Amino acid sequence: MSGGSRYDEERLGVLLRRLTPAPPGWVQAAQELPASRRSLDEIVARAEADLAFRAALVGDLEAALAQEGYEPDVRAIAELRERYGDR
Amino acid sequence: MATTLTDSQLVQRCREGDPNAWNELVERFSRYVYAICIQGFRLPEPDAEDVFQEVFTRVYSRLDTLRDDSAVRPWIAQLTRRLCLDTLASSSRVQPSEDVLASVQEEALDDIDEAFAVREALAALPGSCQEVLDRFFARDESYRTISAELDLPAGTIASRISRCLVQLRERLEGRNEASEPSSE
Repeated sequence: MSGGSRYDEERLGVLLRRLTPAPPGWVQAAQELPASRRSLDEIVARAEADLAFRAALVGDLEAALAQEGYEPDVRAIAELRERYGDR
Repeated sequence: MATTLTDSQLVQRCREGDPNAWNELVERFSRYVYAICIQGFRLPEPDAEDVFQEVFTRVYSRLDTLRDDSAVRPWIAQLTRRLCLDTLASSSRVQPSEDVLASVQEEALDDIDEAFAVREALAALPGSCQEVLDRFFARDESYRTISAELDLPAGTIASRISRCLVQLRERLEGRNEASEPSSE
């Protein structure tokens, strides 16, 4: 490498080391966001249209979701709890 | 994807609902967001994970509000920085003074931006170079591990790293010369 280069081996090494991989689970969760949002939207739409389902969500959110076969992730559950929980 | 999409193309495809494009967008910026959280703002892992997920949640839900698709990287950087600052402000565990926060972070954040440019240049090199440089530097794998994984002699790994660094430097300097503004 030439001495005058801004990007000598040492500098390139430092910069390449800066961007280490994020934990795979974090990346996967972020990649699954669209599916998670679709599931959330579906639950909300159903709760708006189906008063019994909405009442079940308000009564016991996680049990109502499980009973209907929904498996939303933690963030979706938190959002649903904000809408329907702890009334 | 067979070819590397530009940021603008990638954003456009995400807007169209292409799941592969979203996966690619997350893959392209995940290290960057992670580095800002962990190295730039020194967040503890649980806080960093919350910020990381919130960044991509907001990117996904607000992609339609992005005015310039080619500016997705600075937009993501700004989102991440704001969320990191909010997290630090709300945390009773970490309360650095504003001055220290500003001086330490800006230096690291500048470095992270430059590192992102280096990775973009790396993406234009042959796959063999991308793999060996990523394994050795970013994943901190030893010559022995890389040698075993790629089924190559250790001596070949060392010479390949050296050769690929030369290619990377040439790529970066060529690109810098091409993109430098005129002196007028």
